[in-house]
Amino acid sequence: MSTPTVPPPKKVNRLGLEVISYKGARTTLCAGCGHNSVSERLVECFFEMGIPPWQVAKFSGIGCSSKSPAYFLGLSHGFNAVHGRAPSVATGALLANQHLIGVTVTGDGDTASIGIGQFIHLLRRNVRHIYLIENNGVYGLTKGQFSATADLGSTLKTGVVNDLPPIDCCVQAIQLGATFVARSFSGDKRQLQALLKAAIVHQGLSVIDVISPCVTFNDHEGSTKSYAYVKEHNQPLHELDFVPAYEEIAVAIPEGAVREVTQHDGSRLRLRKLAADYDPTDKMRALEIIHEAAQRNEVVTGLLYLDTARKHFVQLLNLVEEPLATLPESRVRPPRQALAELMDELR
Amino acid sequence: MGTVQAAPLPLGIESSAPAVVNDLSIQVATVNGSGSQTANTVLMRALFQMGIPVSGKNLFPSNIAGLPTWFTIRANRHGWIARKKEIDLLVAMNAETARDDVAALASGAVVVYDEPLKLHAVRSDLHLYPVPFDKLVAPCCPEARLRKLVRNMIYDGVLARLLGIDLEELRKALLKQFGPRKAKAAELNWGAVQAGFDYAAQNLTKTDPFRVERMNATTGKIIIDGNAACALGALFAGVTVVCWYPITPSSSMIESLTGYMKRLRLDRETGQATFAIVQCEDELASLGMVIGASWAGARAMTATSGPGISLMAEFAGLGYWAEVPAVIFDVQRVGPSTGLPTRTMQGDLLSTAVLSHGDTKHPMLFPSSPRECFSMAREAFDLAEQFQTPVFVMTDLDLGMNNWMSDPFPYPEEPIRRGKVLSAEDLARLGGFVRYQDVDGDGVGYRTLPGTPHLAAAYFTRGSGHNERGQYSEREDDYMNKLDRLARKFETLRGSVPTPYADPHENAHLGLICVGNSRYAVEESRDQLHREYSLPTSYLRLKAYPFTSELGDFLHRHERVYVVEQNRDAQLLSLMRLELEPEEIAKLRSVRYYGGVPLDARTITDQIVRQEGL
Repeated sequence: MSTPTVPPPKKVNRLGLEVISYKGARTTLCAGCGHNSVSERLVECFFEMGIPPWQVAKFSGIGCSSKSPAYFLGLSHGFNAVHGRAPSVATGALLANQHLIGVTVTGDGDTASIGIGQFIHLLRRNVRHIYLIENNGVYGLTKGQFSATADLGSTLKTGVVNDLPPIDCCVQAIQLGATFVARSFSGDKRQLQALLKAAIVHQGLSVIDVISPCVTFNDHEGSTKSYAYVKEHNQPLHELDFVPAYEEIAVAIPEGAVREVTQHDGSRLRLRKLAADYDPTDKMRALEIIHEAAQRNEVVTGLLYLDTARKHFVQLLNLVEEPLATLPESRVRPPRQALAELMDELR
Repeated sequence: MGTVQAAPLPLGIESSAPAVVNDLSIQVATVNGSGSQTANTVLMRALFQMGIPVSGKNLFPSNIAGLPTWFTIRANRHGWIARKKEIDLLVAMNAETARDDVAALASGAVVVYDEPLKLHAVRSDLHLYPVPFDKLVAPCCPEARLRKLVRNMIYDGVLARLLGIDLEELRKALLKQFGPRKAKAAELNWGAVQAGFDYAAQNLTKTDPFRVERMNATTGKIIIDGNAACALGALFAGVTVVCWYPITPSSSMIESLTGYMKRLRLDRETGQATFAIVQCEDELASLGMVIGASWAGARAMTATSGPGISLMAEFAGLGYWAEVPAVIFDVQRVGPSTGLPTRTMQGDLLSTAVLSHGDTKHPMLFPSSPRECFSMAREAFDLAEQFQTPVFVMTDLDLGMNNWMSDPFPYPEEPIRRGKVLSAEDLARLGGFVRYQDVDGDGVGYRTLPGTPHLAAAYFTRGSGHNERGQYSEREDDYMNKLDRLARKFETLRGSVPTPYADPHENAHLGLICVGNSRYAVEESRDQLHREYSLPTSYLRLKAYPFTSELGDFLHRHERVYVVEQNRDAQLLSLMRLELEPEEIAKLRSVRYYGGVPLDARTITDQIVRQEGL
């Protein structure tokens, strides 16, 4: 055996960038925190799809999850806003520059409590970007209080039992206008990656509720958002593959076992059949399957709902193609004559 | 007093007292939703077209229809157009308030009233003119359901006859009000004006001294409300993202802006919009979107009033700390909650200056006229982008929602100033940048916009806890450096805000200071003090916070300085206390009015006279 003298070439993406260009600062979250896995998946997805980091803008509110945009895509602009208000900041930025690929990272406190108003109106507007909920059912940063997504009957470490019903963010998202709604588990690397890649190209609002256990405050017996509980009760709808528009399908997949959804850019999302033949474009069925799973104390994961027809907010506002942010003065300040005419009318 | 005569009056005006020409206040008392706004606007416009300086103020309830509303018009040949405390001529159309309205009049005032109200029985020291409105409206408006709306036009005709308003100007004003598309409605209303005029000519004997005459003090001027003027300012400032939540009295600013944008800012070829206007779920989202859009490089604004400002507090602080531009129009009103949301106030001066938690300071601009609304809207955008901070334009309900005479607005000659933004080419040349480094010594760093195609473009935006590179930091020195630089930035900004208007008087020991549209009453009060008390005064109208050096200079030159403002707690004066030296503060006196109707000169004069012991 001989020792190689030349190190193997570093893996680069189609832009010639290495994965390091997609990493962020060192995480300050707890070791084993589900949120770190989500950050890692985002790094992989943007790297593998060869998206220029400068095209991405990251948004967050306040909480453990909201710290995470600092820990991925360090070469992208990021905005850590105020608690629960990331949706408005993201909406404004994406109106100013519709070519940005927006990624908003929130937690269950952000989305289901303080910011539920902004979340709901974000859904109605179908603002094209990826909206992640790193959902652990608990307020970590303030040391372990229940959030509004905590399941009925689940307990805190201190023994306190939650006696209020949870808000299901996916149900809200499906009912109120998001056009890509999924639930996943931070521990399911393959599923989360396929969902994220599909969300990146989706022409509308993608809401992904990621069950992301809190190892410090909510990973114990009695919690329904612990690693053990979710692994035990996870009910995947289907296995997922994502095929970008620029990649040919290398491996043949047996007919009949696959349902394929083509997105606007020509990429395909392949849903491998597990139990039932699930149609993600059927809104009623999507709501039904979530309720059925909840009744069985199960967490149904996968792509729950997809609508490729509804217009997103920028389309509804009929904006010019160029970013509003950088339109030249000649296009945003009407000419002298226009003011003169207005003044005449007011005489 | 008022008599009903069968015989027509001789031509010309007959009166027992010496004529009072081009100096009167008219108050029309109606119920809201009765269409009186049209009649009042037409009346005001006709006086304006006759060349007489005029103002119109709508004192309306927070209600859609059925509650008392008063509209006051003041015509004054000297150009005094603040609200006049005394009513010279009352048009009493509202049975509910008529007796109180009449009781409040000074002796010798004029009342045109709906005949069934029988007001001649209430007072005998007034000039009373009964008009049978219902009887007159029926023949000129066959459709019964329209009568309520047309009925008010009758008093325009009556006043035209009594005061000598040119009928041609009244007709011109009416046609302008209805526009060419509503020509039929205009004719219907014109019939009512004529009916009123004819009735007065045939049945009323003029006994009061008030009349108007053509003059030429309004040539070339326009009539516009402050909200529309702000909207035009924003339009010509190149605003691209507008996020708002409806609230009286600011809503009409965005509604005007929407109209202007649709007319002038759609791409001619594609019909696509070079703007986004979003009605938000609340004021938190409004400012959140504005901050997001400004962060990404758009010129973004919102408009609100006090309750909205309260809700925006957290985001205003974030904008200050994260150094993101934003333009916020605050059309101030009485608040919070129900009560007097449709009444005017300068009630947000102090809270807005330090809005949010922590050491926060915000620049404010104080327009006093539609023309300044126009110019300061533009200046606000330039300041916000140059200093990367939220800027508040403080108007109020009186300025924002009422119609004002104004000189036409000049086209902005200066280019739009976008501040320190680095492009990809700049980054290639520089090799990189440090977002919050004070490179130029003015406290303002360089920023990049998301989407800038360069791998060194990105930085991370967060609130208080960051170092110069925008990295998370809880270090004492990083935090204090940040605070000190922001304070430095505020000092640079002080040198860039609009400087005050000053009218010094050589022999004056007293000075008067105000902001915004208190000016009209203050300027008239100076005239009263001079004429009635031989008390000359100097005058300084501040246009911005932070205050500029002119304030200190003014205080040094005078023994006592009265700060006039429309709130209970002397907010403007309190703000001065934070910045001035003790010997300067000792010279300050306070004149305050907080009743919710627009400030009048007599209120100021009386308070100063009392404090001066005259």
